[in-house]
Amino acid sequence: MKMYEYRFRRRQLLVSSVGLIGYAIVRPVFSAPVTLDAALAEFSRGGKVTTGKVKFEIAELIDNGNAVPITVSVDSPMTEANHVVAIAVFNEKNPQREMIKTKLSPLAGRAQLSTRIRLATSQKLTAIAEMNDGSFFSHTVEVVVTLAACIEE
Amino acid sequence: MARALITIPPNPKRNSIIEIRVLIQHPMETGLRPDAEGKVQPRNIIRRFECRFIVGDKSDLIFSAELFPAISANPYIAFHLRATQNGTLNFQWTGDNGFAQTETAALVVV
Amino acid sequence: MNGYVKNVVATIALGTILLNVHAAEKRKSGYDIMSPSTQALQNDDSQNPAMLWVKDGEALWNRAAGEAKKSCATCHSGAVKSMRGVAARYPAFEPKSKRPINLQQRINLCQKNYQRAEPFSAESSELLSIESYVAMQSRGLPIAPPRDARLTASRERGQQFFQQRIGQLDLSCADCHDNHAGKKLGSATIPEAHPTAYPLYRLEWQSVGSLQRRLRNCMSGVRAEPYTFGAQEFIELELYMTLRAAGMRIETPGVRP
Ligand code: HEC
Ligand code: HEC
Repeated sequence: MKMYEYRFRRRQLLVSSVGLIGYAIVRPVFSAPVTLDAALAEFSRGGKVTTGKVKFEIAELIDNGNAVPITVSVDSPMTEANHVVAIAVFNEKNPQREMIKTKLSPLAGRAQLSTRIRLATSQKLTAIAEMNDGSFFSHTVEVVVTLAACIEE
Repeated sequence: MARALITIPPNPKRNSIIEIRVLIQHPMETGLRPDAEGKVQPRNIIRRFECRFIVGDKSDLIFSAELFPAISANPYIAFHLRATQNGTLNFQWTGDNGFAQTETAALVVV
Repeated sequence: MNGYVKNVVATIALGTILLNVHAAEKRKSGYDIMSPSTQALQNDDSQNPAMLWVKDGEALWNRAAGEAKKSCATCHSGAVKSMRGVAARYPAFEPKSKRPINLQQRINLCQKNYQRAEPFSAESSELLSIESYVAMQSRGLPIAPPRDARLTASRERGQQFFQQRIGQLDLSCADCHDNHAGKKLGSATIPEAHPTAYPLYRLEWQSVGSLQRRLRNCMSGVRAEPYTFGAQEFIELELYMTLRAAGMRIETPGVRP
């Protein structure tokens, strides 16, 4: 970690107050990962995914990609007859598409999940929900990350 | 044993919906990071979390999550429960290298 | 600036250390310049990952240890009362060794002398946990450097170091933290470097770390060879930095990017 944590540039400090540090990031080599769309299609077992009902909350300004708070909520009465059975979050550019996959019972009373995620870089994120009638809804957000998570170190 | 922190609102009203927050100490090592010598550290993550609500012999799965390396170190998860009656909340984390931890908390409604 | 700090400045011989009374009112903690989502982690104990270490520290406080088979609680009873305000006045002068020590070293002394136990090692999870638990009891209190003339020479050396250019980049702490505070360095905003929240959870570390770990990061940042944990130079630097931050509120356990 120390290797790239602080690579201050004297010139940068003295000449400009804004700029990017040359963080020397060595990317591990990955086998060609699946796309975000492919991951979503797999989750919905090929079924149609409609935009809506799902709200994906994430800060616009991200200090550090190591721990980015997110909240996903789904508009649902959470009754036995009408409830969310699963909420999952996928990304476009991390080493792996999946981030978290949850299952809910109607006993939960509210379809909402909060957690903290790692973001390797600026990218699209999608939260997707499965209803008990087999339908799927989603919300996609774009995030800008200035300092990536350590998964890139 | 890893440290865990569970936050439940004290004495919620019957049938109110409460938020349950859980934090646990764990590195969530991605399996992609090289150590100081440049050797990639093996993956070591919590793979699954679940919360059950237990009343007598009845145990209901309220919420479960499958975690991936993109979940931050010292994982934080918050979800909800309709507080219908008194009972015991049971929290379980399992993961790589045989990681397994259980915590319980009493739910007392008023 | 509050009356107390003025008093500190007035009553002890601070040599060249001069606090600008008006500028001091505008001092900002690292907390003030971080994003609202990171602030939220520190605001709420149920979300703050550093609370995991605090909880460990509480268990250690009550655990009998060493040949003496005594816990911290055996002598100090409840930390909530006995440790309130303690972290606010460290580093402090230790009469037996006739030198300033920081809070970690004070805890280590109690382990060695009173518990007759092996002291927790630098930056170990145990030491960070017990220190977090002790320091948290001062949360909300103003940093109150002791009015102790025996500390003056060390403080002055700390200040000299703060202003001295070091490393391959030939930069001083003051170059960044006095002269460029608030400006961007890469994606980070340069803070004023007030030690208000240590030990703290740094998202970058994905863990809790001490003030000295942070200082070591800054030293490697300018490609200077960092001092080892517990080095006298660090204690002197801490002495100067706490004076520079006198009167600011303690935030432990903090969170930083
Ligand atoms: C046998 C009694 C004893 C035990 C056990 C003990 N201490 Fe102490 N502690 C003292 C005494 C006495 C002092 C006052 C300084 C001195 O005389 O060395 C002190 C001072 C301190 C101080 C500084 C207080 C101040 O106001 O400056 C801290 C912090 C502290 N102890 C923490 C701890 C912790 C943490 C533990 C457990 C790891 C512990 N102590 C165990 C007796 C004890
Ligand atoms: C090149 C500029 C630079 C120099 C020189 C520098 N630092 Fe820093 N320092 C930073 C930056 C940038 C941060 C914030 C890092 C972040 O948020 O990612 C920081 C953070 C800190 C903090 C943490 C403040 C908090 O809110 O917890 C302390 C303390 C600190 N520095 C002390 C020092 C000391 C002491 C020195 C001299 C040995 C020093 N720094 C040298 C740039 C610098």
